[in-house]
Amino acid sequence: MSVDKDDVGQMAHLARLAVGDEERADHAHNLSNILAFVERLSAVDTAGVEPMAHPLEMTQRLRPDEVSEIDQRDRFQALAPLTQDGHYLVPRVIE
Amino acid sequence: MQWETVIGLELHAQLATNTKIFSGASTAYGASANTQACAIDLGMPGMLPVLNERAVQYAIRLGLALDAEVAGRSVFARKNYFYPDLPKGYQISQYEIPVVGRGHLDIDLDDGSRKRIGVTRAHLEEDAGKSLHEGFTAMSGIDLNRAGTPLLEIVSEPDLRSAAEAVAYMKKMHALVRYLGICDGNMQEGSFRCDANVSVRPVGQLEFGTRAELKNLNSFRFVERAIHYEVERQIAHIQEGGSVVQETRLFDADRGVTRSMRGKEEANDYRYFPDPDLLPLEISVEQIQAVREALPELPDAKRERFVSEYGLGDYDAAVLTSSRELADYFEAVVARSPDAKLAANWVMGEFSAALNKAGLEISQSPVDADALAGLLLRIADETISGKIAKEVFEAMWQGQGDADRVIADQGLEQVKDTGAIEAMVDEAIAANPQQLEQYRAGKTKLMGFFVGQVMKASGGKANPQQVNDILKARLDGE
Amino acid sequence: MHDRTIAELSAALERGDFSSVELTQATLSAIDKGAELNAFITTTPDLALAQAQAADEARARGEATALTGIPIAHKDIFCTNGVRTSCASRMLDTFVPPYDAHVVEQMRAAGAVMVGKTNMDEFAMGSSNETSWYGPVKNPWDKSCVPGGSSGGSAAAVAAGLVAGATGTDTGGSIRQPAALTGISGLKPTYGRVSRYGMIAFASSLDQAGPMARSAEDLALMLEAMAGFDARDSTCVNTAVPNYQASLQDFNLKGLKIGLPREYFAAEGMDSAVTQAVEAAVETLREAGAEIHEISLPNTELAVPVYYVIAPAEASSNLSRFDGVRYGHRCDNPEDLEDLYKRSRAEGFGEEVKRRIMVGTYALSAGYFDAYYLKAQQVRRMIRDDFAKAFESVDIIAGPTAPSTAFAIGAKADDPVQMYLSDIFTIAVNLAGLPALSVPAGLADSRPVGLQLIGNHFAEAQLLGAAHGYQQRTDWHTQRPAGEG
Repeated sequence: MSVDKDDVGQMAHLARLAVGDEERADHAHNLSNILAFVERLSAVDTAGVEPMAHPLEMTQRLRPDEVSEIDQRDRFQALAPLTQDGHYLVPRVIE
Repeated sequence: MQWETVIGLELHAQLATNTKIFSGASTAYGASANTQACAIDLGMPGMLPVLNERAVQYAIRLGLALDAEVAGRSVFARKNYFYPDLPKGYQISQYEIPVVGRGHLDIDLDDGSRKRIGVTRAHLEEDAGKSLHEGFTAMSGIDLNRAGTPLLEIVSEPDLRSAAEAVAYMKKMHALVRYLGICDGNMQEGSFRCDANVSVRPVGQLEFGTRAELKNLNSFRFVERAIHYEVERQIAHIQEGGSVVQETRLFDADRGVTRSMRGKEEANDYRYFPDPDLLPLEISVEQIQAVREALPELPDAKRERFVSEYGLGDYDAAVLTSSRELADYFEAVVARSPDAKLAANWVMGEFSAALNKAGLEISQSPVDADALAGLLLRIADETISGKIAKEVFEAMWQGQGDADRVIADQGLEQVKDTGAIEAMVDEAIAANPQQLEQYRAGKTKLMGFFVGQVMKASGGKANPQQVNDILKARLDGE
Repeated sequence: MHDRTIAELSAALERGDFSSVELTQATLSAIDKGAELNAFITTTPDLALAQAQAADEARARGEATALTGIPIAHKDIFCTNGVRTSCASRMLDTFVPPYDAHVVEQMRAAGAVMVGKTNMDEFAMGSSNETSWYGPVKNPWDKSCVPGGSSGGSAAAVAAGLVAGATGTDTGGSIRQPAALTGISGLKPTYGRVSRYGMIAFASSLDQAGPMARSAEDLALMLEAMAGFDARDSTCVNTAVPNYQASLQDFNLKGLKIGLPREYFAAEGMDSAVTQAVEAAVETLREAGAEIHEISLPNTELAVPVYYVIAPAEASSNLSRFDGVRYGHRCDNPEDLEDLYKRSRAEGFGEEVKRRIMVGTYALSAGYFDAYYLKAQQVRRMIRDDFAKAFESVDIIAGPTAPSTAFAIGAKADDPVQMYLSDIFTIAVNLAGLPALSVPAGLADSRPVGLQLIGNHFAEAQLLGAAHGYQQRTDWHTQRPAGEG
């Protein structure tokens, strides 16, 4: 599987990463190598094998529906690059 | 060409839990921005989700009410996309294996027939936060209080054939989730929301047309208007030689139109995969049974019972069971004042009208079920007439006390003393010799005129039956 | 003091040879002197001395545990309330969490003194500690070499005697491989044994925190404190934590069935000196009464490709939260939302992190999901089944931790695939969720070699017992780099 600069552009957009033109070529090269390396999986016969998402055969534990969190807005927003009146700010989004 | 409309709805019901689906932060509505967004809701580094037990129980309730299969094992997945109201950059949802599988809901159509609407699935997921645009210069403000609120997304089959059917289905589901106590149904606060997939096809054609997904349909009225507009738009577009594009369209309520959200759409690739922070959700047969046993009476069953137990007509039973609160109110009234037909008339009539006029919920009514029953008892025992009862109700609504107090304070008790009524009758006859002559000449419908005169003289308090009897005897007899 | 184990320091504190405040002062000055290793991103001297003071007071009240007053360091992936937690990324260069990771809470509750946060590969993505925003860590045995990664700072700090113990995390070998390359002991517990709460996620189904120290006994002491049920992590198991230290004493190597996977000794690019050292270690175990069996883990060579689909896929999603909105790096003057996201992330993340995000995005994207992600999950099960089958006939699996000793800084930096192959023996363990440890087992060309022991799920006590038994019979774990003690 070979990755070209357009594929890189598409992935970079999905992942919201700015990539310059030169970087695209590097990424295309590296991604192609990595994908060529993982390509050997395609030769493995996995018919009938259940995909394994978790290392342990456990099931989800449930939490009682009780409020356990207190308001810590000031502490959290002290970490934020830009806030106003308790809101996080981003460049205007238009729907 | 004749066109057929095909609609499927995606309803989002916010579950009425105390806390978020994956965190212990409160879900109470209306708090100051970001004061109910904890580290988990904010997607802080190292934070992990743990599933709310009650959200699962509520999903099971809905599944049972829709006669659907509740999955013994379901899986949470991540839906990956970037948006400021989505703090982690992914929404935790259920994708391939939802907690509620195929079920159905029956709706009543205007012609009196019933139609079974398929429910494809219902799955648990987390709500997003809100972006606000007012009050920020060139910026949007993000409030994440809503982020992580549990949602059940209920997806219907494309079985709906008109805007009216869509609204009927939505109303029925709205009533159901409130009956089940799993959602407060408050549409102004966004607790119950609707997206509609709409397409058209020539009548007789088997395959579906290309659909548009309509968003922002946050009232029954918007659903109806948006679908009407969209159906006409699609038909006109096809007739002009165009073809419908599969896209998301936003309903603009001010202009009554839907418009394309192109741009936000491009390259949507959500890269769903099982959330490694959450394990498969297992629900045992015993858990399902426990929920089933605690299930409240469902609307259709309640409606049938209202017909059989109270002798109500289909229509009255349907209206009274349209919400659990109304049905409960009615039953509380009947419990004390057993004339069910009288209670039905009052609850559906005077009481509902007063609520509507004041814009109040049943729970906020100044006249509770016990008080209304007290009033109806006074009608039943003929202390007051139905007409006076309306005055008494009005006074009760204004907070002037219970029925007996109002009747006593305002001296509204019926006059049943035969002597007093006879005197009033005699007075009325004596005062109107001309009408008496005409009556006796055969114009018997003047009876009503005399009744009116007597009632007027009594201030409406004379017992109407007695007035009638005495008048008739006097007019016809002597 | 800096050539002693935690157990020895603990005994000395208990005897009153010195106080925790004195020990902590000596530790802080050792860290200063060892600054050229670049093992620490942040040191916390004031906090450490306050904690040491409190530890001395606790001891005076008779409330000391084995870790009370012992200076330790946390990998900078664990959130520390009020102390910068960078994950070695520019993205989090100024991030000061308002909460502690469960591991940090547990260690503090046991009385350990935190002296600082150790360097690592950025977001734990690397095998050489060269991807850190704060620069590479040097291997105390040869400062031109890497210490391994991603827990390279913790490994170097312990190897150089700056601290007796440090925490690490292991997603594909990130505790064991640097432990091997720096001649220390390191344990990756069973997945779910230690809570991941407050540990910045790389690949959630693989990440596991564990101890790094100078002896198996110290690993036991630390694991006992770190492990324990935490309701905040859905994947954390609710089973009692054994008394690991006590079980060390009871353990006997005699009759222990040890499996040697033939694939681990015939791997491509295997350094023969490493093979020899590991074979000698196995011989020592045999002499102590262990039964040695050859076994097969047929899908060994598939572990690295499986890992390089699953780990980046999970990482690409885990790292989406770093978007410049609520915390972390934000670019200057964004033109619009898209620009804010793209530049903040491009500036905040280093090359290897971006590379893995791209690979993971690709593996999950429409049209490739089945061929990459699902396929990898299927092969993951086959790899786990290989282990399950092996553990039907043996108690423990032994082999090399890494195919080579420490390599020169920069040697593999331009070739991701070669770098990834340095984790060939450690990765399968994470895919299967098994516990495994690395202990020093000799030197090859004056650089340490690690022996890896892999156990069945929750068999940490057995692993630690076997490693302790081995260390009772050898002194490789007591050897220090020249000029470092």
